[in-house]
Amino acid sequence: MLEVRGIRAGYGSMEVLRGIDIDVAPGEIIAVLGANGAGKSTLNNVLSGVIPAGSGRVMLDGADITGGRPTAIVEAGLIHVPEGRRVFPNLNVEKNLLLGGYRRGKANRAANMAHVYEIFPRLAERRRQFAGTLSGGEQQMLAIGRGMMAEPKLLILDEPSLGLSPKLVEEMFTLIARLAGEGLSILLVEQNVAQSLEIAARAYVLENGEVAMQGLPGDLLARDDLRKSYLGV
Amino acid sequence: MDFLGLPSYSWETVLGSAISGVFLGSVYALVALGLTLIYGVLHIINFAHGAMLMLAMYAVFFLWSALGIDPYLALLIVVPAGFVFGYALQRGVIGRFSHGRDEITLLVTLGIAIMIENGALFAFSATERQVQVPYDFDGIDFGVTFAVWPEIAALAGSLVVTLALWLFMTRTDMGHAIQAVAKERRGAELVGIDVEHIYGVTFGIGAACVAVAACLLAPTYAVSPQFGYLFVLIAFTVVVLGGMGSFVGALVGGFLIGITEQLGRLYLGESLGLITISAIFILVLLFRPTGLFGQASG
Ligand SMILES: Nc1ncnc2c1ncn2[C@@H]1O[C@H](COP(=O)(O)OP(=O)(O)O)[C@@H](O)[C@H]1O
Ligand SMILES: [Mg+2]
Repeated sequence: MLEVRGIRAGYGSMEVLRGIDIDVAPGEIIAVLGANGAGKSTLNNVLSGVIPAGSGRVMLDGADITGGRPTAIVEAGLIHVPEGRRVFPNLNVEKNLLLGGYRRGKANRAANMAHVYEIFPRLAERRRQFAGTLSGGEQQMLAIGRGMMAEPKLLILDEPSLGLSPKLVEEMFTLIARLAGEGLSILLVEQNVAQSLEIAARAYVLENGEVAMQGLPGDLLARDDLRKSYLGV
Repeated sequence: MDFLGLPSYSWETVLGSAISGVFLGSVYALVALGLTLIYGVLHIINFAHGAMLMLAMYAVFFLWSALGIDPYLALLIVVPAGFVFGYALQRGVIGRFSHGRDEITLLVTLGIAIMIENGALFAFSATERQVQVPYDFDGIDFGVTFAVWPEIAALAGSLVVTLALWLFMTRTDMGHAIQAVAKERRGAELVGIDVEHIYGVTFGIGAACVAVAACLLAPTYAVSPQFGYLFVLIAFTVVVLGGMGSFVGALVGGFLIGITEQLGRLYLGESLGLITISAIFILVLLFRPTGLFGQASG
């Protein structure tokens, strides 16, 4: 589904990503883990065309989307739900969702919206409420729902559990697993290592803009260096 | 009886003055509507707004003098042309040179204003020109005052444009996208909104509003290269007074300023009358810093 090869990128003369390779197969949750500043969000922004890649290649579903503008990449079906949610605070929940289908999935907006409301009943209750007045958890649901409105082939979730209460974090991970169960391919970018590894098919650990470890959750959990650095045991 | 030495007038005179203020205010509202869209939504302080109004007035004038096209019929030509001009100006010049930095945008629009004004002075000279229409002395007698058709058309136009803009912004995808870009640019990019295109469209609509204003103003106002100044100064006042980015605010603010100006003229005379505009401006902002219809969160 997604094939990332040798991506290098940065800000000005500062290189942040030093050659990243990642693969996601259809219907899989692939976790990208790493501490603050490892370059996870930079990678997401390169994949969605917000930041240009210095070199490397990105293939989505067999199509080369390297260097595409964000509009073209959304059109191709790679949808990025950004860190910090970035919902439209001055629009209500329903209009936020409608805009999720602005570029892609326009024909099925009504059905897609019904689906989002079914998955997130709280959004349905608040459909006329301005997004700026939602709680952090509700905004995260809205951001994901908005992403789903575009009928993604691949959904990138950047730290969806950030700032949520432990109970909501639990709920969020269950939900992400459910979305993948429905056939969605998900690139789950997280600092929450333990819970991400529970639902991921495979994981990559980024350190200093490089893939430091990768593999199956069980194999990674068995490694002392991972446990020491990311689980504190 | 004298109050503070002001002259006293019959209620008919005062009401007549207020009604003519509504008509004058609708003209201000027309100019302010485009400005509030560009200023309030895109946060661009468009110093070229007056110059664009002047240019559109010349377009209306020459369509009339060279081709005999009535100013109201000219709406069909000048409004689409205004949109295209605004779109091209934003994408080709303002967006390209300001790199999203407000202080540069300010200077760029100022530079455009100076260029358009001097270009007009060079091409058209300082002579005032005015469209002559056969119906500018007919109208409706309200008893206390008489309104000519061009005034009534301006009032109707300001109401229609306000309603159209409001419907566009709240009912269409493009309108929602404009609001999304205004507050959350990155989020807008990530749903596939072409942000640069939206900037162009928004500016284009602002320019189209200016074009509507020009067609409705042409029968009553003569145009010269300095024409835009007074209107835009007042239109900026109207925008801030009504609340930045609010169309209803621009309309109500326009009426308020128009009525204030006319009453000021009545009581204080032609030369002092405009002072009342500043007075009402300061007064409103004292009690409502975000303007009449402004939202608290910028
Ligand atoms: N807009 C930016 N300009 C300059 N440097 C940035 C910018 N965004 C992130 N960085 C830097 O890039 C590095 C990686 O950041 P980021 O990709 O946000 O990491 P993560 O998402 O893993 O926390 C950090 O050193 C950060 O300071
Ligand atoms: Mg990050």
